[in-house]
Amino acid sequence: MPKPKVAFYWCASCGGCEETVVDLAEDILGVVAAVDIVLWPVAMDFKYKDIEAMPDKSITATLLNGAIRSSEQEEMAHLLRRKSQFLIAFGSCAVSGGIPSLANQFPREQILKFNYEDAPTLGNGGQKTRPQLKFAEAGREVSLPELHNVVRSLDQVVEVDYYVPGCPPTPNITKAAITALLEGKLPPKGSVVAPDIALCDECPRKKSKPTNVSFTEFKRPHQLLADPELCFLAQGVLCMGPATRSGCGSQCTTGNMPCTGCFGPTSRVRDQGLKIMSSICANVAPKEEGDIDKVLAGIPDPIGTFYRYGLAKSLLRRKVNLPANGK
Amino acid sequence: MSKAWKPRIVAFFCNWCTYTAADLAGVSRMKYAANTRVIRLMCSGRVDPQFILDALSKGADGVLIGGCHPGDCHYVEGNYKMLRRFQMLKRMLKDLGIEEERLRLEWISAAEGEKVKRVINEMVAQVEKLGPLGIPAKFQEWDKEMEHFAAQVAANEAASGSACAEHGQTAAQANKMEAAHA
Repeated sequence: MPKPKVAFYWCASCGGCEETVVDLAEDILGVVAAVDIVLWPVAMDFKYKDIEAMPDKSITATLLNGAIRSSEQEEMAHLLRRKSQFLIAFGSCAVSGGIPSLANQFPREQILKFNYEDAPTLGNGGQKTRPQLKFAEAGREVSLPELHNVVRSLDQVVEVDYYVPGCPPTPNITKAAITALLEGKLPPKGSVVAPDIALCDECPRKKSKPTNVSFTEFKRPHQLLADPELCFLAQGVLCMGPATRSGCGSQCTTGNMPCTGCFGPTSRVRDQGLKIMSSICANVAPKEEGDIDKVLAGIPDPIGTFYRYGLAKSLLRRKVNLPANGK
Repeated sequence: MSKAWKPRIVAFFCNWCTYTAADLAGVSRMKYAANTRVIRLMCSGRVDPQFILDALSKGADGVLIGGCHPGDCHYVEGNYKMLRRFQMLKRMLKDLGIEEERLRLEWISAAEGEKVKRVINEMVAQVEKLGPLGIPAKFQEWDKEMEHFAAQVAANEAASGSACAEHGQTAAQANKMEAAHA
């Protein structure tokens, strides 16, 4: 029997999800022995036309990481969808837009202008060179992909079969997902391959979580020497744990950092950012507007804090008064 | 937008004070703007911020929340919870490009039918001034940048004529193809 074919692909991502495949350590040898890798741009050389030439649905599973942010990524998402039996959104960016989708707070023109003209780190002598989508020379035309106005999660572009959350997904759930695939023990379509319960359930600090949380001020991780055992909420540190799926092995809270929410919400929650905002803010101690605002000022960037990994999949998706096209 | 546009406002009223006040306004035959869809909840503390953004993202132009006066909450603290969320939600809405005047929180006791009338009328006038929010239309507009490519993909798939490319096609099309191959 031929080995199942597997593809790894990256879109708008940092490369951390590729690391996680390598983080499988010696287990990766078992994976490599059991499957044929047909596409993995970060590690192996394959061409677009190789994939295009394959029969439809001939790839057993594609693990795609990164948000969809350009016409090229959109095209690859469509192509890999067509060639794969299972398309898996791998990592926070593909699942919910991830950190790249925080760009949904800004117009495309502002992003391009800063990155190609105004950034203090540019070394091109103030030439203000912008990438051109098309360029012709000697009768040949070359083209570049176009940056989209909106950063999207994978399932906002093509149909997705399974979701593996995390920034990056931890080796244990990556392994669980790959094992389920290889053994054919697949969960229902659309499942998130992580337990459907909040992180607090597996957090070693759970015992010290106060019954009544009451915030008189918020401290950010660099503003205190955190107690390594006490629940972060009891220390006045904003922890996304109560609104985030478990399954990561509580790596951050074990490492004395609060959860920032990369595993996304449980199935009962539509909008992770609003849910944790609701919980945290309702438990601020003061009762007068001015005093409440003073405490809430301890959260200087609510969008970046509550929607760190999921602005694209939030109820509004994007700052609503931004242009849909161009300027 | 067409001349026919009228603001649509979703109102979340607590069972014990504001909803009872709205009832009182009704039996007192007070007239107020008919643009508000009232949803009764047991407490303003039950208003999940998800309800508010869900309403806006499905086409509401504004959201009004009514609860008991501070100190009068049937569940002691529920209205304070709403107030604290409201303070943060206003900041978040501003960051996401929605005018904070589209969201209003009012304490209205069961005896204040007159206040229900005044607040609703003021809210409707306020939102009328702001104009339509129109988020569902924005979602469609944003996704236009993908139409061009989706059409190209569909054309490519049709040209390649592969029988198993049912993705992106309707079931009817797939059936037709199967029939053709049989």
